[in-house]
Amino acid sequence: MAITYEPIATTTLGSAQNSVTFSSLGAYTDIKLVMNGSFSSEDYACYQFNSDTGSNYSETPIVGNGSSVSSGRAANRAFIFTQAVAGASVQFMIESNFLNYSNSTTYKTVLSRTNCASRDVTASVGLWRNTSAITSIKLYGLVGNNFEAGSIFTLYGIKAV
Amino acid sequence: MAATYKLINSVIVGSGGASTIDFTSIPSTYTDLCVKTSTRSNRSTTDEFLKISFNGVTTNLSHRSLNGNGTSANSGSDGSYIYGRTNGNTSTTSTFGNAEFYIPNYTAAVAKSVCGNTFMEDNATFAVTYILAGLWNSTAAITQITLAPYYGTLFNQYSTAYLYGVKKS
Repeated sequence: MAITYEPIATTTLGSAQNSVTFSSLGAYTDIKLVMNGSFSSEDYACYQFNSDTGSNYSETPIVGNGSSVSSGRAANRAFIFTQAVAGASVQFMIESNFLNYSNSTTYKTVLSRTNCASRDVTASVGLWRNTSAITSIKLYGLVGNNFEAGSIFTLYGIKAV
Repeated sequence: MAATYKLINSVIVGSGGASTIDFTSIPSTYTDLCVKTSTRSNRSTTDEFLKISFNGVTTNLSHRSLNGNGTSANSGSDGSYIYGRTNGNTSTTSTFGNAEFYIPNYTAAVAKSVCGNTFMEDNATFAVTYILAGLWNSTAAITQITLAPYYGTLFNQYSTAYLYGVKKS
């Protein structure tokens, strides 16, 4: 039987660092990234693709913080905010699906769920306005703080055939 | 290549129902765990809350939720349990709620995060989408997962749960 769900890469931080980049993405249909860890100081986990720092990203989230619900939209930014924001050493988790990431005809969509039990739960859709295949995925702290040592980032490839 | 996403165990509730669904002796050889459920409880209402806990421990559990019922959206929190939503016994006949709980790095010596996507559908007047961010504040490796109805006493016959292991390499 063909394997349809394969591990591509995994990184467990031995020391704190601001970003993790996956650049050998293989030839799959979709990609899933799971991150579980914390920041050294409060920060916002964001994506960039293919080293594109232009204002080519947007997202639409829905957020529940335990007492209220909010939704918003941000467009023409230099990153996709996953909606994961956490204070120093607060555990949080990101699960993102990059759909049809390797085609060269459509803009690229990422669906994210973020979970910080002490802060909020979110679901969001992000868009990279570029028809190029995604060849690298960077997850980083927007303010410049670090993911703490022990944070784990794992990439899985999903094949349609 | 070894299977990355592998069924560890499955439970199909038989006649008479089951008070809990338990996955025990979970091997430590995977990276993440994923539990997929289809459940209905004997609670005498349309909906039920689906609890999840670990290693037989019912402390240090908490979650925040975001839910919608077709009329309004709400957010809540619970400092004692992790639960989603499923069907109770007066929901439309033969309808079962669906849920997925994803637990990354379940053997790591860190607190355990739980990403839950749960749904209760009645095909009548009430339905709920309930997503949650859960936390079991324990550094112990997960070796057991227990599912239980919050209000009812039994999962009904034909309720199912499947435990998958996901490997990073």
